[in-house]
Amino acid sequence: MTVSGSNAVSFKGVARHFGTVRAVDNVNLDIAEGEFFAMLGPSGSGKTTCLRLIAGFEQPTAGGISIFGFEAQGVPPYRRSVNTVFQDYALFPHMSVLDNVAYGLMVKGVARNVRYKKANETLNLVALGSYGERKPAQLSGGQRQRVALARALVNEPRVLLLDEPLGALDLKLREQMQVELKTLQRQLGITFVFVTHDQGEALSMADRVAIFNHGQIVQVGTPEEVYNRPRNRFVADFVGSSNVLSPAFCKSLGLQEKWASLRPENMVVTHSTASKPKLQQTIEGQVVSVHYQGAATRLHIVTQRGNTLTAVSSKNVYVAGDVINLSWRDSSLHYLDDAL
Amino acid sequence: MTTTVAATNTDLERGNVGRLSDWLFRNPRYLLVILFIPPVLWLGVIYLGSLLLFLGHAFFSIDEFAGTIIYEPTWSTIVQLFQPANFDIILRTIIMATVVTIASAIIAYPFAYFAARYAKGKWKAVFYLLVMLPLWSSYLVKVYSWKLLLSQEGIIPSVLKYLHLTPLLEAFLQLPVIGGNSLSTSYFGTFIVFVYIWLPYMILPTQAALERVPLNLLEASSDLGAWPGQTFLHVTWPLALPGLIAGSIFTFSLTLGDYIVPQVVGSSTLYIGNAVYLQQGTAGNLPLAAAFTFVPIIIMLIYLSIAKRMGAFNAL
Amino acid sequence: MRSENTRPPILLSLATVAALLFIHVPLLLIIVYAFSADVSFQFPPSGFTTNWFVVAFGRADLWKAIGLSLRVASIATLIALLLGTMAAAALWKSRFFGRDYVSLMFVLPIALPGIITGIALRSAFNLMDIPFSIWTIMLGHATFCIVVVFNNALARFRRISGSMIEASMDLGADGFQTFRYVVLPQIASALLAGGMLAFALSFDEVIVTVFTSGLENKTLPIWIYEQLFKPRERPITNVAAVIVMLVTIIPVLAAYFLTRDGEHTAGGGK
Repeated sequence: MTVSGSNAVSFKGVARHFGTVRAVDNVNLDIAEGEFFAMLGPSGSGKTTCLRLIAGFEQPTAGGISIFGFEAQGVPPYRRSVNTVFQDYALFPHMSVLDNVAYGLMVKGVARNVRYKKANETLNLVALGSYGERKPAQLSGGQRQRVALARALVNEPRVLLLDEPLGALDLKLREQMQVELKTLQRQLGITFVFVTHDQGEALSMADRVAIFNHGQIVQVGTPEEVYNRPRNRFVADFVGSSNVLSPAFCKSLGLQEKWASLRPENMVVTHSTASKPKLQQTIEGQVVSVHYQGAATRLHIVTQRGNTLTAVSSKNVYVAGDVINLSWRDSSLHYLDDAL
Repeated sequence: MTTTVAATNTDLERGNVGRLSDWLFRNPRYLLVILFIPPVLWLGVIYLGSLLLFLGHAFFSIDEFAGTIIYEPTWSTIVQLFQPANFDIILRTIIMATVVTIASAIIAYPFAYFAARYAKGKWKAVFYLLVMLPLWSSYLVKVYSWKLLLSQEGIIPSVLKYLHLTPLLEAFLQLPVIGGNSLSTSYFGTFIVFVYIWLPYMILPTQAALERVPLNLLEASSDLGAWPGQTFLHVTWPLALPGLIAGSIFTFSLTLGDYIVPQVVGSSTLYIGNAVYLQQGTAGNLPLAAAFTFVPIIIMLIYLSIAKRMGAFNAL
Repeated sequence: MRSENTRPPILLSLATVAALLFIHVPLLLIIVYAFSADVSFQFPPSGFTTNWFVVAFGRADLWKAIGLSLRVASIATLIALLLGTMAAAALWKSRFFGRDYVSLMFVLPIALPGIITGIALRSAFNLMDIPFSIWTIMLGHATFCIVVVFNNALARFRRISGSMIEASMDLGADGFQTFRYVVLPQIASALLAGGMLAFALSFDEVIVTVFTSGLENKTLPIWIYEQLFKPRERPITNVAAVIVMLVTIIPVLAAYFLTRDGEHTAGGGK
């Protein structure tokens, strides 16, 4: 494990209740320094509340949070070396972009020329160097987001929190920002904690991901671990899409009588009349519907026993009604720990 | 020791203001209380307190001879409201309020319709100002202006004299009920002044409600085969109605409680406002004044609940 | 709804113009007759002069009334700005039991007829043996001024997103700094507008003031009210009326232009 003090953020038994609602329920978490950490989960799963607990906008009902070894209990947000990029950016409309970015330095009493110099440097970092004199209302969504980022970074926080920052951007812009954020984090070396409900985003950017559900952390691991070795049905379902096989189904295939997860892209589809691929498992089924998605084709298949499975094929040669074989390696099947 | 997390140098020098800020942050309820107590004290104690104190007097009575208030709960004062003389006053006021409301609505509606439908761009602001300025103009000056217009030596008789139309005025004044000795001592005079003063209150919500009618609704109606008259009846009017009702709340309620207009322009008959004024003043009968006060309050409560059901609150 | 190509029907336009004239002519006539050379109201006036203004400004009692009105309005507005903003700040984000009733309390002073407020205050003063003074007048005025400022401030507060406050704190500003740098600049124009409306309302107020001023203290509207029963002094009353019109219209216009860009325009609902 890690030595206390070298973790950027530590949650120990943290709970945050709102009356009877348990937004966060017994969360234990360690985020290492310099990590790009993602908190992933559906709406209401507690991930945003955890972020706000780190920032200091909420106080835990139980348990303790420490930031670089210091107890954060009762410390207001303006005394923490943590900065946040808000979901709606929360730029100050009555100030120019430069004043927005320099705000954190201004309230700490930094001299005018010094803080403007630093603000300009940070604006350059996010490629908005010439936008200092504009007002937030004059900027596009993507530009505002960068200003929010610069405004947070100029204070040289030791932990940067990002609350679904890419949600309002269109697809192209989102993908571009994902790359930029990742690069920026590597460059700066500070800890990023990132909240999102988009699993693709989490997987592509994070060093480690924590999956939240109903106020608890269900699994923590690298993207690869979380994707290929989901702990339970919820994770298997939420992270990517998966075929979740019931114990009865597994047993009928001669496998262990447990819940299992099988990723659609790990299944090989062949016509029933063609020769079977040399993989350990094969079952027969009929194509119910075909969804062409450009890079791949998704097939919905029903087996003889009535189970539905999804498979992904790189070839768009199947039509509904085709009888096909589905094959996969043993190693592609992953048994789930819980019956969730 | 320190609970700050990687504090910078300037953070260490927080001083008392900083400590106060921290404390308030940790105890947000106190901030709320501090902010809230003075205004609530003011309104609660000074306003509500005196209001309840006054209204409570309706349940007491006065000693007819001594003129002092007997502080024993009784319904007798409220029952007095139903005496013919008093009841007349109440009826008269209600009728006047109704007539004023209807007339205001009739005048306001075309204006509001025009402003909502045909005023574009900067004309919109112009129309708005044209209505708002009189709204905020001095109430007393407005009443005074009609005194100028209506009194025997006033402007309207002068104009009519100039146009040799004086017989018209005299014929008008002969009319029963609404006529009188002069315009400024007639029911008509009181009526006109009320309409004049409250008209902007009727226009604004009506205009707002009409503006919310999207043009494509009217187009859809005619597309489905309705004549302009039918479109008006079935589409425009029901959508404008909440605005009119919202405006009527003002015209009705303000007329019910007014005591100045009838004094300045009107016959010497009494309205609820005058009655209250007289009772608490020269007559020294605070309980009866309070009893009279209940009338507009109760009427308005009933009116408001009806209005709410008809959607007027959305138009406010 | 906007009409693109159709022209308004003639009848409608006539009705609109008639209504406009009805609304504005009486007030304009006062202004006209303030400059009229006659004492009576013959039409048309025989000549125009600024003489009446000179006479009016020579009247000590008129100046006294103007002075009192200005003093009362200023104090009432200041109190209203302070208390109204505090109340709006408290009500903005909070949820507590009875909140709706408190909101109702902040509407009553303008919802109920002024005579009720006036008499209620007067009987309270009588009961507690408080003599009439500038303070009793101011007490009544401040009450509805608070309401006006409160509504304006609250409307503007609602347009500040909560995350902005959090962002400010997140960046290192404590509560006081956040108020000074983030909240105050954004509500400033609403406060100014609310204050001006409150001033105008107070300066014009007569319905409640009749009850809360003693015989000694006459505000300008009270002065005019008494003048209403002195027909021979009409020309001077005209001048006083013009003064009142100016002092109330200018702040209202200013308040309108200050809040025009927002969704909630000051003065939209009295």
